[in-house]
Amino acid sequence: MKKTHLGILAAAALATAMPVQADLVFPSLSYRTGPYAAGGIPFADGYADYFTLLNERDGGIGGVPTQVPECETGYNTEKGVECYESTKGSGALVYQPLSTGITYQLIPKTTADGIPMHTMGYGRTSAANGKVFSHTFNYPANYWNGASGVVNHLLDINDGNIKGKKLALVYHNSAYGKEPIRTLEELSKKHGFELMLLPVDHPGQEQKSQWLQIRRERPDYVTMWGWGVMNPTAIQEAANIRYPMENFIGIWWSGSENDVLPVGEAAHGYKAMTFHNVGSDFPVYADLKKYVYDAGKAAGAGDQMGTVLYNRGIYAAMLAAEAARTAQELHDTKQITAAQMRDGMEALEITEERMTELGMPNFGPSFKVSCANHGGPGDAAVQQWDAKAGEWKLISDFKPSDQEVIGALIEEDSNAYAAENNISMGCN
Amino acid sequence: MFYREAGDFKTSYAADQQTFAIKLDRRAYYSLLAVAFLVVPLVINEYWASAVLVPFLIYAIAALGLNILTGYCGQVSLGSGGFMAVGAYSCYKLMTAFPELSIFLCVLISGGITAIVGMLFGLPSLRIKGFYLAVATLAAQFFLVWLFNKVSWFYNYSASGQINAPEREFVGFIVTGPNSSPAAVYLFCLIFVVALAWLARNLTRSATGRNWMAIRDMDIAAEIIGVNPLVAKLTAFSISSFYVGIAGALLFSVYLGAVEVGEAFGIQKSFLILFMIIIGGLGSILGSFLGAAFMVLMPVLLKNVLVGQLGWATDIAAHFEFVIVGGLILFFLIVEPHGLAQLWRTIKEKLRLWPFPH
Repeated sequence: MKKTHLGILAAAALATAMPVQADLVFPSLSYRTGPYAAGGIPFADGYADYFTLLNERDGGIGGVPTQVPECETGYNTEKGVECYESTKGSGALVYQPLSTGITYQLIPKTTADGIPMHTMGYGRTSAANGKVFSHTFNYPANYWNGASGVVNHLLDINDGNIKGKKLALVYHNSAYGKEPIRTLEELSKKHGFELMLLPVDHPGQEQKSQWLQIRRERPDYVTMWGWGVMNPTAIQEAANIRYPMENFIGIWWSGSENDVLPVGEAAHGYKAMTFHNVGSDFPVYADLKKYVYDAGKAAGAGDQMGTVLYNRGIYAAMLAAEAARTAQELHDTKQITAAQMRDGMEALEITEERMTELGMPNFGPSFKVSCANHGGPGDAAVQQWDAKAGEWKLISDFKPSDQEVIGALIEEDSNAYAAENNISMGCN
Repeated sequence: MFYREAGDFKTSYAADQQTFAIKLDRRAYYSLLAVAFLVVPLVINEYWASAVLVPFLIYAIAALGLNILTGYCGQVSLGSGGFMAVGAYSCYKLMTAFPELSIFLCVLISGGITAIVGMLFGLPSLRIKGFYLAVATLAAQFFLVWLFNKVSWFYNYSASGQINAPEREFVGFIVTGPNSSPAAVYLFCLIFVVALAWLARNLTRSATGRNWMAIRDMDIAAEIIGVNPLVAKLTAFSISSFYVGIAGALLFSVYLGAVEVGEAFGIQKSFLILFMIIIGGLGSILGSFLGAAFMVLMPVLLKNVLVGQLGWATDIAAHFEFVIVGGLILFFLIVEPHGLAQLWRTIKEKLRLWPFPH
């Protein structure tokens, strides 16, 4: 009796949850709660604010208003599935789950449902091979570009020779953290440095033993694949053992204000990779202020402007909007479908002129997506934290990564996936 | 008036001992089964399957399993998450090593493997009891998760440590992978649930089940009247793990399709299943279902009401979910410390007399 009652209630609740299908729908599988909320909130705010700006300033994309229904995943895969199922019927154009675990789950599902997924700088790296992963995109850069970027930076500061140096990888013990290992192993063979692996278990507040090991073995450099509460903990531990911060380089998910601010002055000099520019010194922020913040339409608490991850949210939204615009032109229709959106993403070209037009000059690399290459150029830069000024600064240009090593690995991993799942190669 | 046994004459022992002694109960049970098997598959859509019914069915199996061990045999276990992982990884290894093996058999064998592992970790229960046993099973939980993270053979040396379920068919219907139809997945789980619940119900009424309950109520007294604690405890551990392993295999293969051990089978899963049986009712088959329904469906329901209907911000709704579910757990446990199943039993007693209580 209780159960049927519950069922009726749930059915009633469900019936009204579907938005009207007339707008361009960009579902946001966000996480504003849990141990990874510090990273999830600014990204989700940036993502939502950019679409609000498009609606308020331009009346949407090509005149069709956009909609960003949010669904809380808590970085949890089971909730992610629930969110995906509950939003996909609403005419969803593209998914950006901001979680490698959820990405792995959604790759086969989105492909079967014909909805594209964009995992910008995360997810399954080998999805860069568009011949195998027809509906998954990870431009402009992926984890292996990031790993190679770290090694390239080490080469730069060591005059091109890191033979015999020791590099420690502190990583989140999950699919996310394990992604770079294979590339780093290959690169260590190529450049002759020694690699030391230190896994940290979810959620990452317990890192004493890892840093004790670093203190004992004294690696020359430490790199980190961390997320959420794991990042500030690691930087604090590094400060505690007086590890030189300039030798500590995080991936782009370990390089936001939330990660360094709790450590204070001691975090000065900490480095991180990035694939887009930092700060709020862009014309688009003037528009955001005029149409979104001052109009009281900012998402969330409205206190994340200009932070690294907020910028990343804006960047993700900009790329999605540009792909939608490309799709509109390509198919000569305003009301695009998910399949047309996929074509738009595959034909996406981001040029410096276009970014300047959008008020985001030099915000990210210019690149072109193709059917075979869903991964973009993979250019990455290094940013460094200035604790006195309280801001991130780019200390290098956007530089290419070691495509020779990465290309072979992508080929190998994606072919293994294709063989496992009986996928025939596309793009012929 | 409507709900009573008066006039319902039993003429054989079998009739007297049946599970649903009252005609109305029996009819309700059969009609529920008929609806579940015949009507639901026709109306089910993907959202209902993958967000509501399939997780409910799978967690019901896990709760049944833990209820056998904790509710019927009195051995507290915090290792359910780890045992689910054993089921999931065995299923993955079987699916990839023997592609021609039926998925049905894969799931069953995974349960069998988990039963053996569970029996191994049940050995300490012969020496230690209560909280100390809980700690020993907690060790199993952490050890198993560590093992599946550390030894790459278990995930076929994939770069990310994720395991992915390849596409498999069961009697001509695809039940795993992205192309499976919601009805097929639902029915596949339902078959397991019905069979396992039927088995559990009959086990607990058999000599085995009575031995378990004797051990639970007082192990020394049980030993004196001739119950072998070794056999009773180890059968409880193995059968319980069999159930939990099947739940883990189904969770991986048909529900999620891709899992990562630390995230999907961590300590929070063990607690979730333990909470299910405490809220549902220890030592009750119905309680396992009610507990699973409460813990799985309540958050989804609240999310849909708070976000979908009331239009709350997602983060506030997510936090309130914790508050409301937590409050409801407290409320139900204060109103009825023996769980939802006992609440249902009380209601039934009242109904029998209604509307003439004297």
